[in-house]
Amino acid sequence: MTALLEVRDLVMRFGGLTAVSRLSFTAVRGEITAVIGPNGAGKTTVFNCITGFYRPSEGEITIHREDQSTLALHRLPGFAIAKRGRVARTFQNIRLFGGMTVLENLMVAQHNRLQAATGFTLLAVLGLGRYRHVEAEALERAKYWLDATGLTKRADEPAASLPYGAQRRLEIARAMCTDPVLLCLDEPAAGLNPRESEELNALLLKIRAAGCSLLLIEHDMGVVMKISDHIIVLDHGKKIADGTPAEIRTNPAVIAAYLGEGDDDDLDVPVAAQ
Amino acid sequence: MSDVRSAQGGRDTLIRYIRDAGGVGLLALAIFVPFIGLRLHGETNGLVLHYRPKLLVIGVVLAMLARLLVLIWQERRVHQGRAAWRAARVASAGKYVAPALLASAALLPLVPGIANFYIDLGVLVMTYVMLGWGLNIVVGLAGLLDLGYVAFYAVGAYSFALLAHYFHLSFWECLPLSGIFAAIWGMCLGFPVLRLRGDYLAIVTLAFGEIIRLVITNWISLTGGPNGIYNIPHPTFFGLNFNLGGGPGTFSGFFGIDPDPKQLTTYLYYIIFFLALLTNWVTLRLRRLPMGRAWEALREDEIACRSLGINVRNTKLTAFAIGAMFGGFAGCFFATRQNFISPDSFTFIESATVLAIVVLGGAGSQLGVALAAVVMIGIPALLQDLSIYRMLFFGLALVIMMVVRPRGFVSTRTPSIALGKRQQISSELMSEGHG
Amino acid sequence: MIAYALQQLINGITLGMVYGLIAVGYTMVYGIIGMINFAHGDVFMVGAYVGIIVLTAFSGMGIAAVPVGLLVALLVSVALCGVYGFTIERAAYRPLRGSFRLAPLISAIGMSILLENFVQTSQGAKDRAIPEPIPGGFTIMQQHGFVVQMSYMQIAIIVTTLVTLGIFTYIVTKTPLGRAMRAIEQDAKMAALLGVNTNRVISLTFVIGSALAAVAGIMFLSYYGVINFFIGFNAGIKAFTAAVLGGIGSLPGAVLGGLLIGLIESFWSGYATIAYKDVAVYSILAIVLMFMPTGLLGRADIEKV
Repeated sequence: MTALLEVRDLVMRFGGLTAVSRLSFTAVRGEITAVIGPNGAGKTTVFNCITGFYRPSEGEITIHREDQSTLALHRLPGFAIAKRGRVARTFQNIRLFGGMTVLENLMVAQHNRLQAATGFTLLAVLGLGRYRHVEAEALERAKYWLDATGLTKRADEPAASLPYGAQRRLEIARAMCTDPVLLCLDEPAAGLNPRESEELNALLLKIRAAGCSLLLIEHDMGVVMKISDHIIVLDHGKKIADGTPAEIRTNPAVIAAYLGEGDDDDLDVPVAAQ
Repeated sequence: MSDVRSAQGGRDTLIRYIRDAGGVGLLALAIFVPFIGLRLHGETNGLVLHYRPKLLVIGVVLAMLARLLVLIWQERRVHQGRAAWRAARVASAGKYVAPALLASAALLPLVPGIANFYIDLGVLVMTYVMLGWGLNIVVGLAGLLDLGYVAFYAVGAYSFALLAHYFHLSFWECLPLSGIFAAIWGMCLGFPVLRLRGDYLAIVTLAFGEIIRLVITNWISLTGGPNGIYNIPHPTFFGLNFNLGGGPGTFSGFFGIDPDPKQLTTYLYYIIFFLALLTNWVTLRLRRLPMGRAWEALREDEIACRSLGINVRNTKLTAFAIGAMFGGFAGCFFATRQNFISPDSFTFIESATVLAIVVLGGAGSQLGVALAAVVMIGIPALLQDLSIYRMLFFGLALVIMMVVRPRGFVSTRTPSIALGKRQQISSELMSEGHG
Repeated sequence: MIAYALQQLINGITLGMVYGLIAVGYTMVYGIIGMINFAHGDVFMVGAYVGIIVLTAFSGMGIAAVPVGLLVALLVSVALCGVYGFTIERAAYRPLRGSFRLAPLISAIGMSILLENFVQTSQGAKDRAIPEPIPGGFTIMQQHGFVVQMSYMQIAIIVTTLVTLGIFTYIVTKTPLGRAMRAIEQDAKMAALLGVNTNRVISLTFVIGSALAAVAGIMFLSYYGVINFFIGFNAGIKAFTAAVLGGIGSLPGAVLGGLLIGLIESFWSGYATIAYKDVAVYSILAIVLMFMPTGLLGRADIEKV
């Protein structure tokens, strides 16, 4: 069991508001780690800190690579977290390149690998260099993820014209095309019907099996309890519990947090779990 | 029964039309009284007003008639609902329009007996096609609003003019340099504006264009200021010039033909034709390469780009630089064609015209931009008799064309890669960028 | 030398007031429908022209009372520019509302070209001049023989601007119309659902903005005494710069930006070279935006992820 992502004493303040206070947790390599908590608990803020959309007010976020070296994510500019840290993410409100086709979305995701083969674009414009070869590889990878997400038939359709569930899957496929070590999913099951939700579970397990660790924020406890290896519960920006699904289910602090302020959606969580 | 109802409906429609046109007439009256009904005459401190009641009546009646026509046209359009059909037809026609346009452009100067004026007009239109394609990279692909594109045109033109004036370099030596200088300026502009979005970007690019023009105007010792730079050399054809005197060392002397101004114009035409084609070719290539895809992705969603590890800053800079480079080439060509340049050629109205060409062309479409350049530059130039009314109609036409076709002539996008058949993407689905 | 600086300050504030008034029109329209109304500067020019025409008509009728003439010119100009603003919005912008973002921009540029050339062809390209309407002024101080003057016209301009802005602020903050405007600015769809007549409010926004531009036009005319069909472009760009500098969408920002630009111009002309005063304005704009990407008083644009 080796740590992949280590968050230590993370603090995020917006003006006078402290959204996340002194949060520490570890995501283990090869596991699915879930971050749950009532609305406004600071889950998305944590995500945005990890993936570089916010710069943390305090604290450290570290990626432990397989070769024992580490990378401090909180010091990197946003895009470099994906490029050098190999952390990919999806968004709560889906962000696809709507006017581009499904396949194009997956090719854009492989930008850095492809760009490196273009000889500062100059050679590739002239049709020289090894770009053609690398592009064929990228296309294969895109096809693999199209297949894995069941989007092959829709590959040439504009992303904005896909139905909602397919858009969610495409966002995951696109993130996977960056070849990440850690995939961060922000409410991947939101708005999915039960069947789609099941398919999503299968997809996430498949991603884990392929060697990519996952960090997810989720409201849908069906998804969380079934597939997570490790759950972190936040409330008011603080960690109130940390453990396996079984431990979380019976944790009194978690139940209190959900019963105390959760809306109807959240209420059934501990109940269902009992 | 139904006849009665339709008669009733017809009368209602008629009443509505008359009321609507009447309202327009009142507005027109208010708008026209001070400007058409009255005219200032006389010199300083001795102004008098002349009255032009007839003209005023004509103006108001014309406005009402125009409104009636618009109403009737709208009614017809509602009934027919042919938008989808027309879009499909335009898309399928595109396949033939582009090659036909290309072929006629390639053959234009070779039409027997064609007047020099038309070739020269072709040169002008082609310059704007090239400028449009250059700006299309920034606006159409990368989705960055640039209101100061003329700056790069000016940098290209002045690079050549100054190098020719002070160092006696030729057009062919300066052409690449102009492009490079313009690209460097593009980066210089790019850096400060990287963080800006939307209209903040628009005003800074506009300001940048004005700064360049103002510096050129005021740095008289270097640029000659408002008087401009004269005697910029024409391009040579493998060392042969196009002097009308003929004799050795001239194009006509070498080939043993009579000197004719058409020879130079034709030569210029093909230079700009190939420069424009180069712009188009590079753009089409880039669209299929990671850089071009990143530009389009940037237009669609900058935040998603960042999450995929794309360096947004560099991507924006390359778009600015490459767009600027083609502007610089075009500027260099402009200088050699004109023989003379002055700051007057690089006002905001040029930027606006090129931007209008891009927007009217539609959705980053190369074909659309070319069509728009022909329509917006070619047609007004043919209407020279209208002289002072030309810009009036130009402004009016801009408004009308935008209202009629807000998404431009060609409102579809061709994917850069496909597993099966490439399907056109409607611009309705596309984002237009926030930068 | 204090006196010289003081004189530049007075001149700069006067100029800044004119810019500020025009800038408010830009920022209002931007706030409410998010477009750059490029034709706004030309409405200002139309306002100045209507003013010179009314003043000429007055002197043609042999009425010599200049202040009365100015007041009437102001009222007529405000009314007619309101009609211009209303018509421009209806004809060129409303059909494009909710469509492609660049379409209204190009339409606005077309409208600007149209207005400029309409005035040029109908009234001629020549500069038109009037004698100084309110001559004289008083001396504030003297230092080393340099006299600091504040003309009555400058006082009139500053007072008029403050009064106009006062009325305007009242409309925006206290009236139902102002509330509706602010509601649309926050969320146009929601405002419409709650029964705000969006079209009417947007029309009125254009009318009010154009009226402010008309006031600015009359002040420009009476301050400089010379106008032509092209003044709208320069003033428009400056005012737009002012609006952006202050943070587009922010009304106090527009006035602040206008004042700053007036001061930059006046001090730069006074202490450096007049030729590069516009370069100075634009450079300062670029520098400010580099560090404050949403202007001085603009709302910081927090990225929602």
